[in-house]
Amino acid sequence: MGGKIRVATTSLAGCFGCHMSFLDIDERMIELAQLVEFDRSPFTDIEHCGPCDIGLIEGGVCNSENVHTLREFRKNCKTLVAVGACAINGGLPALRNFIPLEECLAEAYLDGIGVENPQIPSDVELPLLLDKVHPIHEIVKIDYFLPGCPPSADVFWKFLTDLIAGREPQLPYELVRYD
Amino acid sequence: MTKTIAIDGKTIPFEDGQTIMDAALAADVYIPHLCHHPEFTPHGSCKLCSVKVNGRICSACTFPAAEGQDIINNSDELNGDRKRITQMLFVEGNHFCPSCEKSGNCPLQAVAYYLNMLDNHFPFFFQTRQLDASHPDVLIDHNRCIFCTLCVRASQQQDGKDVFGIAGRGINKHLIVNAESGQLKDTDLDAADKAAHVCPTGAILIKRTGYQVPIGQRIYDHHQIDAVSLAASGSRPSAALPPFVAVVAEGGRHGR
Amino acid sequence: MQDFIASVVAGHGYQPTRLMMILRAIQEQYLHIPDAAIAQVARLLAISLTQVIGVVEFYHFFHRTPRGRYDVLISDSITDRMLGKQELMAYFSEKLGVAVGGVRVDGRVSLDNTSCTGLCDQGPAGLVNGLPLTRLDQARVDAICEAINAGKAVNEWPSEWFAVADNLLKPGLLLNAPISGGAAIQAAYHRGLPETLAEVDQSGLRGRGGAGFKTAMKWRFCSEEPETERYVVCNADEGEPGTFKDRVLLNSYAHQVFEGMTVAAAIIGAKRGLVYLRGEYLFLHQKLLDMLAQRRQSHLLGNNILGLGQDFDIEICLGAGAYICGEESALIESLEGRMGIPRNRPPYPVSSGYLGKPTVVNNVETFLAAAAIAVKGGDWFAGHGTDKSKGSKILSICGDCQRPGIYEYPFGTTIQTILDDCGADDVLGVQIGGPSGTFISNQELNRKLAFEDLATGGSFIVFNNQRDIFKIVQNFSHFFAHESCGFCTPCRVGTALLKKQVDKIFDGHGSAGDVVALEEICQLVKSYSHCGLGQTAANPVLSTLQRYPELYQEKLKKISYEPGFDLDGALETARRMAHRNDAAAHLAQIGEDHD
Repeated sequence: MGGKIRVATTSLAGCFGCHMSFLDIDERMIELAQLVEFDRSPFTDIEHCGPCDIGLIEGGVCNSENVHTLREFRKNCKTLVAVGACAINGGLPALRNFIPLEECLAEAYLDGIGVENPQIPSDVELPLLLDKVHPIHEIVKIDYFLPGCPPSADVFWKFLTDLIAGREPQLPYELVRYD
Repeated sequence: MTKTIAIDGKTIPFEDGQTIMDAALAADVYIPHLCHHPEFTPHGSCKLCSVKVNGRICSACTFPAAEGQDIINNSDELNGDRKRITQMLFVEGNHFCPSCEKSGNCPLQAVAYYLNMLDNHFPFFFQTRQLDASHPDVLIDHNRCIFCTLCVRASQQQDGKDVFGIAGRGINKHLIVNAESGQLKDTDLDAADKAAHVCPTGAILIKRTGYQVPIGQRIYDHHQIDAVSLAASGSRPSAALPPFVAVVAEGGRHGR
Repeated sequence: MQDFIASVVAGHGYQPTRLMMILRAIQEQYLHIPDAAIAQVARLLAISLTQVIGVVEFYHFFHRTPRGRYDVLISDSITDRMLGKQELMAYFSEKLGVAVGGVRVDGRVSLDNTSCTGLCDQGPAGLVNGLPLTRLDQARVDAICEAINAGKAVNEWPSEWFAVADNLLKPGLLLNAPISGGAAIQAAYHRGLPETLAEVDQSGLRGRGGAGFKTAMKWRFCSEEPETERYVVCNADEGEPGTFKDRVLLNSYAHQVFEGMTVAAAIIGAKRGLVYLRGEYLFLHQKLLDMLAQRRQSHLLGNNILGLGQDFDIEICLGAGAYICGEESALIESLEGRMGIPRNRPPYPVSSGYLGKPTVVNNVETFLAAAAIAVKGGDWFAGHGTDKSKGSKILSICGDCQRPGIYEYPFGTTIQTILDDCGADDVLGVQIGGPSGTFISNQELNRKLAFEDLATGGSFIVFNNQRDIFKIVQNFSHFFAHESCGFCTPCRVGTALLKKQVDKIFDGHGSAGDVVALEEICQLVKSYSHCGLGQTAANPVLSTLQRYPELYQEKLKKISYEPGFDLDGALETARRMAHRNDAAAHLAQIGEDHD
């Protein structure tokens, strides 16, 4: 195949733990760098995603900015991948789904312990929170899912090498973990 | 002459009164299941053990074995549909494995691993459910209950108590306890009861034991549920498994 | 309260099997089942608290928090909707000052939806404190609201508000010639009981609930069981939306139904019979009790019936709003005082039914037919209908036709003939057998009423060309999700997913893959569910998808994906709290840059 595979990555409502785990492929990163080139990603500081082959999304969707970012990725990436527990089912951020957003905001900005000058931030630059945190497959179509919190470095490696080699990605039993 | 059934082409003997599941477990054949436990009356509700008997879909745990049955168990079609049924359980409840003490020792999770479930496929229900932390030694997290009734049956059939029950209808089903206050602390549940150890998810947990075995060293981190299940049911030597497996795999063996 | 409950439980002989009737009395007295009552009932019956709570929460007519002194339920069947139910409900709600599903602040009145009340030929219909309200319109609603606000007791309301008509429009083989009291019992003994069973066999009678199991075979299996304590149960829980023929049979032909039960009891050797009457038919309860008393006086029930040596009696148990209890093993569970959850089968009720004893469960109409067969013989009955479907079928016809009501036809009659009789033209299609049955289009009207073609328990709903298929399917899908007992995963979760997916597509949020996703859920629910409810819950979608695939496709947007929830609506709380309404405070449902 001609040219390098373009890969973009981002973290929505996530902790960047999946990105850290990705980096745990260690020296295999050199081999990977022969094959891929990163577009928008915390690894590159490119701000907006251009046309890509693969988009890796960490984290769920908790606010309006997440929705825009996710749509940008979906528009530009031929293959979009949900990476990690939060992207797949909302993960830990989704634990707030069982508390009304009103209470969450009030606790954080109005009447929580130690709150001074209580007010809900209203700057138009700030993204608004959705009333629930959603997995990304509820917002856009997702092509592949890599479970794990985080998925191990081997999961990233197996998945990307399969995909780059034109094989249907398969995760053997020992690579499938939800924790 | 021994009576036999065939599962995926393998001839398996059975005795009258045995279900397909009984015969399969005895013959070292794994059929995925969650609500079934060899020590208790079969329930037939999770439907993971659905098999095709002479072309018709039946629950292996409740359907009696009978001479001449030609059974399909381990097919791509059945395993694909079992994966979907497992995904239904995941979206119905709130199963956040990374924050669950049961992770790694959880049959629900392990069945999902076994079926190569990578996502949840369906939209989430995000139902608001409660915790009952009232009991000094045992916690109920309703978010993870799949209504298998194993705790209900274990309490009635082994502990000689009647601590748990299921109430409600349809998607509003929920686990209840036998106390006017509705709280676990007011039941006669003891942490040593079978009912406190039989849950196939993280819905019923023994307090202060959650991290005695670190994540990564737990049963299903190293063993597939088919091997664990068959070992626990006695058809495979459990020597192949670490010693704690027999305790946790099918929910503990207190008093045995 | 303690004394009241103690006397109710004592009145039912401290029998746990009477739990449903006990709870009914408590609900009526206190407008709910208080926690203290639950505990007391459990103690007095020596059953677990969890069982009582389970039952209270399972049935739609029992409540753990108080309903209003006037509890108004409006039938949410598709036919009620077609008669303007939704507008009427909104009017009711506004007029009474109570939200649907709620109780008015003063505790006087509560308002809610309920599944089909079996009054589809005289809707929009409803129930007030369990009693039927028919032919509701705005004027009637005004009058009802006035009576409620004036505090007028329900038993002082004008009787025409509660008038339930039989609308028996086309009697046939059975309904034209009811048998006289005792005739079937005498004929059966005169001929001989084995010979009478042979006649039932010869008649080719198959179960009239819809499934069509051969009646004689069921009776024979039961009579051959080694256990001699046996039961006869009449399934009068017709909950299939659009069905109301059992209501008419019990109102006007109950003697013959009881007679059929008595003959069945003689043949299988049962001493006790039970009628499981759906809670919606409370208004028939006293009348049926009186008839049973009358039959005892005439020696048609009790010890040594007609001097023939048969001992047999019948009691009536009321349901409390659960469609699933029409499934025979769920019905038996309910008769035993438990949640209506279908049992694992085998064993079948004929070998292990009520209280674990051999039990024959038959539909009201089956007993009606059996009584006639006992008198007139198998050949008489088998001389009508088709090869595989002998005799006649009683239909409840409703929907878009000029003359809704009860019609009886020999099997083999074409749908077109039936439509002509009931005055239906401009037909879009017919729902045969209710939501769990089949939707046929106007291209199939020469198909036949028969087990081998279109089987039905009696429901026959006509739709004209002005109707929207999707509204029908949506109503049916919501019905199944509401009525799923929740026992098994595929039905409990599957019917809820089906409801969501149907709503997503029909409300205009469907995208390319959504019909495929819908079909997938349908197949899972249909193939893997525990009982008939789940196995048929996808029929509304599957039978319309098969006939109108293009309508479904037209509903889909030409995009690859759209969220199943309202994205912009999900920002509403944050917008309100942050006092924002700028462009960035909103989200489009679909990305503008979407492929």
